[in-house]
Amino acid sequence: MSKLHVTTSVNGQPEEVLCEPHQSLLDVLRDELGLTGTKEGCSTGDCGACSVTLDGRLVCSCLVLAAEAEGKEVGTIEGVANPDGLHVLQQKFLEHAALQCGICTPGFIVAAKVLLERDPNPDETTIRYWLAGNLCRCTGYDKIIRAVQDAATELAHEA
Amino acid sequence: MGDYAYAAPTSLEEALSVLEAQANDGQRTQILAGGTDVLVQMRSIDKEPRTLVDIKHIAETNALSIGADEIFIGAAIPSAALNENDELKGLLPGLIEAADLIGSTQIQGRATIGGNLCNSSPAGDTIPALVVVSAVCVIASPGGSREVAVGDFVTGVGENCLESNEILVGLKIPRPGNNSADAYLRFIPRTEMDIAVAGAAVALTLDEGGTCTSARVAIGAVAPTVLLVEAASAALVGTKVDDDALNAAAAACSDAASPITDKRGTVEYRTKVVGVLCKRAGGIARDRASS
Repeated sequence: MSKLHVTTSVNGQPEEVLCEPHQSLLDVLRDELGLTGTKEGCSTGDCGACSVTLDGRLVCSCLVLAAEAEGKEVGTIEGVANPDGLHVLQQKFLEHAALQCGICTPGFIVAAKVLLERDPNPDETTIRYWLAGNLCRCTGYDKIIRAVQDAATELAHEA
Repeated sequence: MGDYAYAAPTSLEEALSVLEAQANDGQRTQILAGGTDVLVQMRSIDKEPRTLVDIKHIAETNALSIGADEIFIGAAIPSAALNENDELKGLLPGLIEAADLIGSTQIQGRATIGGNLCNSSPAGDTIPALVVVSAVCVIASPGGSREVAVGDFVTGVGENCLESNEILVGLKIPRPGNNSADAYLRFIPRTEMDIAVAGAAVALTLDEGGTCTSARVAIGAVAPTVLLVEAASAALVGTKVDDDALNAAAAACSDAASPITDKRGTVEYRTKVVGVLCKRAGGIARDRASS
């Protein structure tokens, strides 16, 4: 099987990888680029643990071929924190105890960050629908929703 | 069979020649748009290696045009992009709502109406919505292009009339007039992230006095393929789309349904609910057309 040479950008860094034609972006991020913050849950697009952005749009990296990332901008959880420390969303997830096992957390944070960039002041219903594709089996969702709401409030104050 | 391969042609001509060349080599091909069905299927129910032909780099499949007479929606445009287009949402609210019902935010970022149609599931949400707005499939073939009404495109459960050397380029839809509107409703046991137990789409046109001059009603997930219910359409035409007319249309939908019992619902339940959905969707379409 001939491997494909893919040139892409991950969290602003140019990357070149060799991948199988049917290999997912998720597998390439984790296994070839060592970016294991993006988690594998279901691999069928149901759980959202592998959420990343592709040219700014929220997607499940398990449902994207690595080959499809050619020339695209990929954003993962590793790109969320800034050099000075955690992103407000990450800080609020800690403060609100919005995680237990942590497998779903990177996906929730990547998804919530896209939401707040598009809609800085979402109501609870909007947040719940936006995050409907992110499953958490530990905390339930209330703490997660409150963390996102609190992050939105703090980001609004910073702006 | 051979190995998996991936091709990303940048023109329809090139895409068609990839399909032909692979067929000549005895290699199976599959068109890849959003991939939200294809990638799941190739890891579970259908692992046979094939060449995936990505149609997202072709101008025609990415084209979205809203003309004076006709709307064209390219087959590679993700639902999220359609939902962000306010003009399109205003003209075809039912179709865009149907697309918006499919999957999560993440799925919306990839999934396409064209892919939903080509997957040809009996429960595909956009299919009844496409049928009622008289959408026509524009298909690129080796000999040129051909057009097939959406109602004739799907031929069975997971089956359609697209040949292995053809590509669905997009959907052509007559632009609805000011007094026309569509609506789609489905029933699922929760509010998000599920597959339709039953679905109903209604598109209608009212005259200035509020009398229905034309109507199309289609139902989904209650037969092997989408059903255009002529008797339900007839029950609405010539009426003010009041409760009596809507009840008659609902009864026609329940009569036309021939569902199966599975984990999502029983025959009796689906038969009843598809009528209720028709009645409610008809009311929404009426209110939209008169506003």
